[in-house]
Amino acid sequence: MSSIEPLHRSPPQSSRPPPALAVEGLCKTYASGLEALAGVSLEVEEGEFFALLGPNGAGKSTLIGIVCGLVEKSAGAIRVFGVDAAASPRAVRAMLGVVPQEVNFNVWESPLDIVVNQAGYYGIERPTALARAERYLGQLGLWDRRHSRARDLSGGMKRRLMIARALVHEPRLLILDEPTAGVDIELRRSTWRFLTEINASGTTIILTTHYLEEAESLCESIAIIDHGRIVEDSDMKSLLNKLHVETFVLDLATPLGSPPDISGYAVRRIDATTLEVDVERDQGVNRLFESLGRLGVSVLSMRNKTNRLEELFVRLVGEGRAQQGGRDAGPR
Amino acid sequence: MPALARPELVALRTIVRKEIRRFLRIWVQTLLPPAITMTLYLVIFGRLIGSRIGEMGGHDYIDYIAPGVIMMAVITNSYSNVVSSFYGARFQRYVEEMLVSPTPIGVVLLGYVAGGVTRGLLVGLLVTLVAMVFADLRVESPLYTVAVVVLTSTLFSTAGFINALFARTFDDVSIVPTFVLTPLTYLGGVFFSVELLAEPWQSLARANPVLYMVNGFRHGMLGVSDIGPGVALALTGGAAVALLVLALLLLHRGVGIRS
Ligand SMILES: Nc1ncnc2c1ncn2[C@@H]1O[C@H](COP(=O)(O)OP(=O)(O)OP(=O)(O)O)[C@@H](O)[C@H]1O
Ligand SMILES: [Mg+2]
Repeated sequence: MSSIEPLHRSPPQSSRPPPALAVEGLCKTYASGLEALAGVSLEVEEGEFFALLGPNGAGKSTLIGIVCGLVEKSAGAIRVFGVDAAASPRAVRAMLGVVPQEVNFNVWESPLDIVVNQAGYYGIERPTALARAERYLGQLGLWDRRHSRARDLSGGMKRRLMIARALVHEPRLLILDEPTAGVDIELRRSTWRFLTEINASGTTIILTTHYLEEAESLCESIAIIDHGRIVEDSDMKSLLNKLHVETFVLDLATPLGSPPDISGYAVRRIDATTLEVDVERDQGVNRLFESLGRLGVSVLSMRNKTNRLEELFVRLVGEGRAQQGGRDAGPR
Repeated sequence: MPALARPELVALRTIVRKEIRRFLRIWVQTLLPPAITMTLYLVIFGRLIGSRIGEMGGHDYIDYIAPGVIMMAVITNSYSNVVSSFYGARFQRYVEEMLVSPTPIGVVLLGYVAGGVTRGLLVGLLVTLVAMVFADLRVESPLYTVAVVVLTSTLFSTAGFINALFARTFDDVSIVPTFVLTPLTYLGGVFFSVELLAEPWQSLARANPVLYMVNGFRHGMLGVSDIGPGVALALTGGAAVALLVLALLLLHRGVGIRS
């Protein structure tokens, strides 16, 4: 294998700690000839809660697979807390915890065995492993089921078992590939709370998700990947600022026959008591409500038509598609 | 190989423990069948038919085949333990639990082979106990006998591991045992002395590696062999080391474990 240029190293006098994850020029072409990653570069700062978004088949799981050593990269470099993954793979693995997208434990074993054995692979002696298993299975609500066959757990429990397993060696960087896929809302929220606490206690977290609400409420930084390329990489706030136009839905107190004519705003009548209005970012809504008031239209409530991030996501990924000459994106 | 440091030892112990618990948990599939099959061999071939055959190699027929039958059980059980366990780990993908950890891949190999050897020896012991009922078992050279059986078990556990690396379906797991291992053991002098064969069959039989292990083992127990005992031991040991190195090379190239 060709030697890889070290990533730009911060000068020794700098007090800035190395990023939790630095990926540079990562490429992956599978044996089938499929190019899953086409030069991905990414930095995740220590302590961050980072979201990696992208449509199905974008390359998220491939990227995670390469970082944790399950997939062989074709080119590029990876550093975890400043340690080069090609030069010291074992040191890197010791710092990583990973929750894969699909179940990958022995379904005939019990949650307790699964978590304790995983600790063993990290060189943790049994007494410590048992204590950690109790802590993490307990925190994830699985301690009562510790002796069940893993096969008999519900889908949501299986996902949480994999989170407990990923934490047993107390990694500095936790990577979760769709940790809440197929998990009900209540459980999803409790998983979010749990991850937020883990993050607050100092663990850097990277997660992929298709729930944009999840990314928006949890993560301060975000990257969007499509067709194996990063199409957006910034903090959540400036990303949302990119959204120039928002669409609001207004519920009216009294039925309306035709849409009110308000200059500067595109107003559409959806039905007798519902209006949709496009609002430019710098335009504000004050003048809209003044005009509605003058016209005697009373508004009961107002909401965003879609999740704002969702709107942005569709737009960014859509743009990518257009630039790619409409390359088939596969089922969404 | 450098001495294993503490964390690697913990990992090795974890894997071996898990492997042993696996075959003990499903003992009806792993320990019982070989005990039954080998008892049948001893009763039918050894007792019923053997009484009409008389002597072979200067021993009662049943005493002659007993070491071969024990060895056959060791070979098939070592192989099938590792091939099914490690293929299962790949198929259900829990091999990833080990791959994402800092456990060196060589330790994973060692752990699975140790699990296979444990099952092979345990089944060998069970069959020996059964054989003691029917045959007059002796052990002429205990050290030599143990060396041959451990090396043979290591060799076939490793072969099972390599099979598991290449297997794509459960069919691939049974192809080698059915079409390669079984014929080789049956033709490997378990039930007869190759001296009985005419040329060219005798020379052909001598190209069968299993012949060396069965005869090595028989030499250790009875003191009779078709093969020089030194050659048998060296060949078995050499083949075991060669396969371990091959398995390690394949693992380092990512065969069967990384896409
Ligand atoms: N082992 C493999 N062999 C060949 N191609 C693969 C393999 N794994 C993934 N791919 C392909 O690589 C591309 C990226 O897949 P990947 O799983 O990384 O996407 P993803 O972003 O995780 O998608 P999803 O949101 O559906 O999980 C896809 O086209 C996929 O079919
Ligand atoms: Mg994926």
